[in-house]
Amino acid sequence: MRHDPKTLHDLVVEAHGLTKRYGAQTVVDNLDLSVRRGECFGLLGPNGAGKTTTLRMLMGATLPSAGELNVLGYTIPQQARQMHLRLGVVPQQDNLDPDFTVMENLSTYASYFGLRGAALDARITELLAFANLEAKAHAGIGTLSGGMKRRLTLARALINDPDLLILDEPTTGLDPQARQLIWQRLRTLLVQGKSLILTTHYMEEAERLCDRLVILDSGRILVSGSPADLVQQHIEPHVVEIHGRGMEEWFNSIGQQFVQRSEYAGETLFCYLADERPLLDALRHCPELHFMHRRANLEDVFIKLTGKELRE
Amino acid sequence: MSHAFPSITLRWLPVWRRNLRVWRKLSGPALIGNFGEPLLYLLALGYGLGGFIGAVNGLPYIVFLASGIVCASAMNTASFEGLYSAYTRMAVQNTWGGMLATPLSIDDIVLGEILWAGTKSLISSIPILLVAALLGVVHDVSALGVLPVVFIVGVCFGAMALVVTALAKSYDFFIYYFTLVITPLFLVSGVFFPLDGMPDAVRIGAQLLPLAHAVDVVRPLMTGQPLPSLTLLYLIVPLLYAAGAFWLATVLFRRRLIS
Repeated sequence: MRHDPKTLHDLVVEAHGLTKRYGAQTVVDNLDLSVRRGECFGLLGPNGAGKTTTLRMLMGATLPSAGELNVLGYTIPQQARQMHLRLGVVPQQDNLDPDFTVMENLSTYASYFGLRGAALDARITELLAFANLEAKAHAGIGTLSGGMKRRLTLARALINDPDLLILDEPTTGLDPQARQLIWQRLRTLLVQGKSLILTTHYMEEAERLCDRLVILDSGRILVSGSPADLVQQHIEPHVVEIHGRGMEEWFNSIGQQFVQRSEYAGETLFCYLADERPLLDALRHCPELHFMHRRANLEDVFIKLTGKELRE
Repeated sequence: MSHAFPSITLRWLPVWRRNLRVWRKLSGPALIGNFGEPLLYLLALGYGLGGFIGAVNGLPYIVFLASGIVCASAMNTASFEGLYSAYTRMAVQNTWGGMLATPLSIDDIVLGEILWAGTKSLISSIPILLVAALLGVVHDVSALGVLPVVFIVGVCFGAMALVVTALAKSYDFFIYYFTLVITPLFLVSGVFFPLDGMPDAVRIGAQLLPLAHAVDVVRPLMTGQPLPSLTLLYLIVPLLYAAGAFWLATVLFRRRLIS
């Protein structure tokens, strides 16, 4: 083994040269990853970047074509079964048992871990409270809202009190209130010392939750770091979005001199600046132009690195 | 690793128990479906057709038919379970995907599903046996010996159906299997008529297939005739089919779900 035991102990995931090929297509290309105990780690990237394949390899659900992978101290895929005892998974696609009630879903899933008895009953009561589902304990899955189903899936993933939780787009399709509640719960889990790995398409979600993240594209890591560091390293601190009649002429003759970098997206011009004031002063003299000033965020980094064109 | 014979442990039990739990919730329609149809066959053909036929192999036709129907119903019940129900759990509800995120493996799931298919055959044969007893077409309590045979038939056809499910892209695919495999077996395995009058090729061919042997064992048990001397040997045929299909289904599901 090429790592001393102390570092190994502090890492819940360690991947070297992780690769997945399907025929001639390389979906995950020579990935090096390390996730520290107790952190929330984000896997970001456009559709087809290899996020889900990477997660599946971490879970032992897809066999790597090459590379070394260690999760929670177990060699994957060889020791996947032992690793699963310490792992919780929230899949992208809902797979609750539609014929069971909320409580039956939890107890049936627990049986897959060999859990039963009084300790399990106490755990289920605790998880129903954690997921705000006490009132729905005996309700069928068909009567639950999207947010409730997600919370139940999260509670289900915690049934074995895992050390590491893998969440594949945990809040996709939820309304703002339901998302806020999931975020609160994920923060609670981090406070309890659990490690989280999540994928998301919502940059503000990653910015809020993740201690560190990587942005993937075409199966490779483009950048990695904390959200704040990434914003600082890869993008100017201010963004001004401008649109309106005559914008292009105005920008070419006047606006351009104040701007470090700019980019068109359809009818809107994105200006990236170190100091926003001269541009904003100039814009105030042009009533026909609409503009919005904001701090640069992770989404700007993401778009800068992966481009503006659609990925479908 | 991917071609290895499945590992056999007790971890099939939670898979089996999950299916039992669902079945208990939905048992009304399930039971009607599983024994209603065979019962209609028994009554309509047994009395209707039986009136024209009279005796077959020295037995009233309905008595002859009852033992065949018990076996055919076990085959059908397990096939439906291994095709439509298992496909739903695999591809529609993603139940297996949830299981695979836990310490359960493909091997455990396949074994649990096969034993569940055998259990369903067993469950659905009980009301048929009861009705047959009430109609007086069962000879004596030795008919209870039918139950383990029915379980073996269910395990065999459940495993075979799972091989088909592992290859299926949609429910439509199952029509091929029913038309090309299950229905011919239903017709040439001695369910409706003895095979003695059939051409040699059919008679010998049927002996290589899993259903005919089960019928050969079940019929004497239900009618009080002496059992064939090689009873246990007869049951090796469906058991060999079950073992081969278990292995093949596991290999195919590993390839489909984990590659």
